[in-house]
Amino acid sequence: MYSRVYNQPLADTSLVGCPHCDLLQRLPELAPGGSARCPRCNEELWRRREDALNRTLALTIAATVLFLVANSVPMLGLTIVGRAASTTVIGGAAHLWQDGQRIVAGLVLLTAVIAPALQIGFMFAIALGAHRERPRRWVGVLLRHHPTTRLWSMIEVMMLGVLVALIKIADYATVIPGMALFVLGVLIFLLAGIQANFDPKEVWDRIEWADTGSRRERAENRLAETQG
Amino acid sequence: MREGLQSCDTCGLLSRPAADEGEGRCPRCDETLEFRKPDSLQRTWAFLIAAAVCYIPANVLPVLTTTTAAGAESDTILQGVVLLWSPSGWPLSIIVLVASIMIPSAKIIALAYLLISVHRGSIRNNEQRIRLYRTVEFIGRWSMVDVFVDTFTAALIQLQPLMSVEPGPGLFFFAAVVVLTMLAVESFDPRLIWDATNMREVRYD
Repeated sequence: MYSRVYNQPLADTSLVGCPHCDLLQRLPELAPGGSARCPRCNEELWRRREDALNRTLALTIAATVLFLVANSVPMLGLTIVGRAASTTVIGGAAHLWQDGQRIVAGLVLLTAVIAPALQIGFMFAIALGAHRERPRRWVGVLLRHHPTTRLWSMIEVMMLGVLVALIKIADYATVIPGMALFVLGVLIFLLAGIQANFDPKEVWDRIEWADTGSRRERAENRLAETQG
Repeated sequence: MREGLQSCDTCGLLSRPAADEGEGRCPRCDETLEFRKPDSLQRTWAFLIAAAVCYIPANVLPVLTTTTAAGAESDTILQGVVLLWSPSGWPLSIIVLVASIMIPSAKIIALAYLLISVHRGSIRNNEQRIRLYRTVEFIGRWSMVDVFVDTFTAALIQLQPLMSVEPGPGLFFFAAVVVLTMLAVESFDPRLIWDATNMREVRYD
């Protein structure tokens, strides 16, 4: 059974446990661009970014546009003895589906289209929502699931796969790299840029706490007790 | 953990469980808190063994079937690597060899080693073991390369009756190996590597 009781925060908020080795330590104040590592296992605990939210938002808007373009124009085409064929990212998955490889088709769709879409969409909403002084709870929900979307978003892996396929096919036919291929190439750098500029800790530090409701409830109960 | 504090995997907040309640929820981000990932070793073993089982058909069954006027020909992953090997194409051949054959097998061996060392309560080579874990976590996704290669080759080469390429049954097992090893990495809790060392520190102080 999952507990429904909230833990008590510590008075000293600079104390943290390393996520990789659980060493208890104090996070120092960092200058923008500085980073803190665990002294025992060398895990990077925090890297403070400069102007994180604005940069993240700008890169995310660019990534959204490129992602839409990348999925609506052909990625690869070929001509062989007067016949031509071309495919988009989704077209590749659709073809696998028709060939009866439905689970693999789903996996390709997930890693090449759905997870990247969620990754960019979540980040867009987070960057907008975190502009408030005290971001709402839903920003925290998205922030919580963002690492999962990042784990399954494999545009850079797909890019390598497409390049290998392209050179493989070039033995039999004339390959025409499509517009989407170049757009995806730029998108990979944008996604890396978002990752390098975003500072989740900065958002977590300002977010509206999940236990706000229960804390208010406890305070009201105490008030009622003293009055009664 | 020794101090009875819980740190949140999601937002990093350190908090103290309410008295008599054991593990609670993170007051900041609402995550259910656990001192360690639940049943980490059993789950990692389960995913790992499943991946090792799928690894055999993934390498034995064909991943691509090429049909030409001359007849049909099926290729396994290894045959694909050999086919790519040519004076100009050998770098690609190496990419596929590393991503599709060496990374999955190295991942399975590395995870098995980490699991066994945690079971034995090893306190040696902690830094190397955590580095191994991070490497496995980082390179795992690149094994998907072959799935994408086969997907787009099959989608593009559809020129019946001249030549067509269809995905084979090996592709499913290969994709399963990649996904299962990724799930195994996710369910392994790297803090377990340090727990044996932590216990010993208690004994000494």
